[in-house]
Amino acid sequence: MRYLVSVIDDKSNPGSTDRQPAISAFNERLIAEGHWVFAGGLADTDAATVIDNRGEQAVFSDGPFVESKEYLAGVWVWEAPDLDVALKLAAEASKVCDRKIEVRPFL
Amino acid sequence: MNDGDVREAITRTHREEWGRVVASLTKRFGDLDIAEEAAAEAFAAAVERWPADGVPPNPGGWLTTTAGRKAIDRIRRENKRDDKHKEARMVYDDDPPEPVGAIDDDRLRLIFTCCHPALAMQTRVALTLRMVAGLTVPEIARAFLVRETTLEQRITRAKAKIKAARIPYRVPSAEDLPARLSGVLAVLYLVFNEGYLATGPGTDPLRHDLTAEAIRLTRLIRALLPDDGEVAGLLALMLLTEARHTARVSGGGELVPLAEQDRGAWDASLIAEGHRLVRERLAAAAAGAAPGRYQILAAINAVHTSARDIRDTDWSQILALYDHLVGLDPSPVIALNRAIAVAELDGPDVALAAVDRLDDKLADYHAYHATRADLLRRLGRSQQSRAAYDRAIELAGNTAETAHLTRRRDQLG
Repeated sequence: MRYLVSVIDDKSNPGSTDRQPAISAFNERLIAEGHWVFAGGLADTDAATVIDNRGEQAVFSDGPFVESKEYLAGVWVWEAPDLDVALKLAAEASKVCDRKIEVRPFL
Repeated sequence: MNDGDVREAITRTHREEWGRVVASLTKRFGDLDIAEEAAAEAFAAAVERWPADGVPPNPGGWLTTTAGRKAIDRIRRENKRDDKHKEARMVYDDDPPEPVGAIDDDRLRLIFTCCHPALAMQTRVALTLRMVAGLTVPEIARAFLVRETTLEQRITRAKAKIKAARIPYRVPSAEDLPARLSGVLAVLYLVFNEGYLATGPGTDPLRHDLTAEAIRLTRLIRALLPDDGEVAGLLALMLLTEARHTARVSGGGELVPLAEQDRGAWDASLIAEGHRLVRERLAAAAAGAAPGRYQILAAINAVHTSARDIRDTDWSQILALYDHLVGLDPSPVIALNRAIAVAELDGPDVALAAVDRLDDKLADYHAYHATRADLLRRLGRSQQSRAAYDRAIELAGNTAETAHLTRRRDQLG
């Protein structure tokens, strides 16, 4: 079972910026235990571009698709046998990243 | 056997076997939806056939077999349309769970799945009452004053989430058990409290159906996990509270405070059972087991129910227990209840000072204002007492409590 694990930051109350060593160590463990599928941190939402090509021609707009205080700072894809395993890892991930985590199953 | 006997046998079997049938079907078919529907169909078949064929010698076995056939019929029907079913099976491990208790019962898996922390509290309550206790959707909707369609949606969404997110069907590992069990007990306590002090103008002030259901489920968990102290504590707390229920509301529909209750109307056998459990936990505590909050709350209720007259109440013992509880759970509601014991020992003025310190946290809690009103009344500060009663009446959701507070306010000089 695969889960999308989103790291959520808050513009008005951001998590600490010194987490990278701890995150790297946590990633090593995810790999060793067979949970790691993918991981990536994301650039600021200001760097996002939204494209809508459902009409006559493609429309490009600057910025994220939704402006909000909370935003996606990074993602993981994990392999886990069930939600309990994923939630346990996510609880650790929240501590490691000093940020909120959302766990959402793939179809 | 006449029709009445058969009806009674069906009702009794439903009460005793529903959760077991749903649990074993969920394990077999890996799907709560199929289990629930097949169990309902099997009970419908019993209603149809038992009056003519007679009650089978093993009603639970008959129901499980019948429900299993119904489930297979449904899966065959659906597989013709959709072959994805097999992929969506719930996961469970075939290994026996960690040795948490004497019995490995599928109902325990079911309870832990229904009370999973990834589900909202209201959803856990609804799902537990439907799947484990076998209450119908209209019964649960009525109990919690929500529309049937809303409740039906809540249950449907929960079943879909359990499947899509793979919430497992198993008893948590020994390491996770205490935290997960405390989540289960919170659900049961919430069901009990809603019955004990029902909210809403349209309901009876006491909902015996809910308190009875909560006690029945807690007894079940106690049977499955007999060594857990908090399970014993919660059961004792419920029994000692339930024992007073006939004395808690007057003939006129007014809530009767503990001090004014007719103690002769208390249920002696429930009290004896509750006291037995509390003694069992006291012995465990003496042997070094640290009691949790339900055990301490049960002990407080044991002290109350040991007094034949309110004047015989051992308030210093109650205060000592509250002090212990504050150490575990520093919530303002516990502090408020502690202040009531302080009033008996040190006087209402000392208690009022303690209560007033909770103002910023409990300003919207009816019991805070009711407690203040009572203390102010005892101090002869009628005008302030009246204002506090007004606010308490405004906030109270229970009809019997409102009636009691209104009479008290109107008696002020």
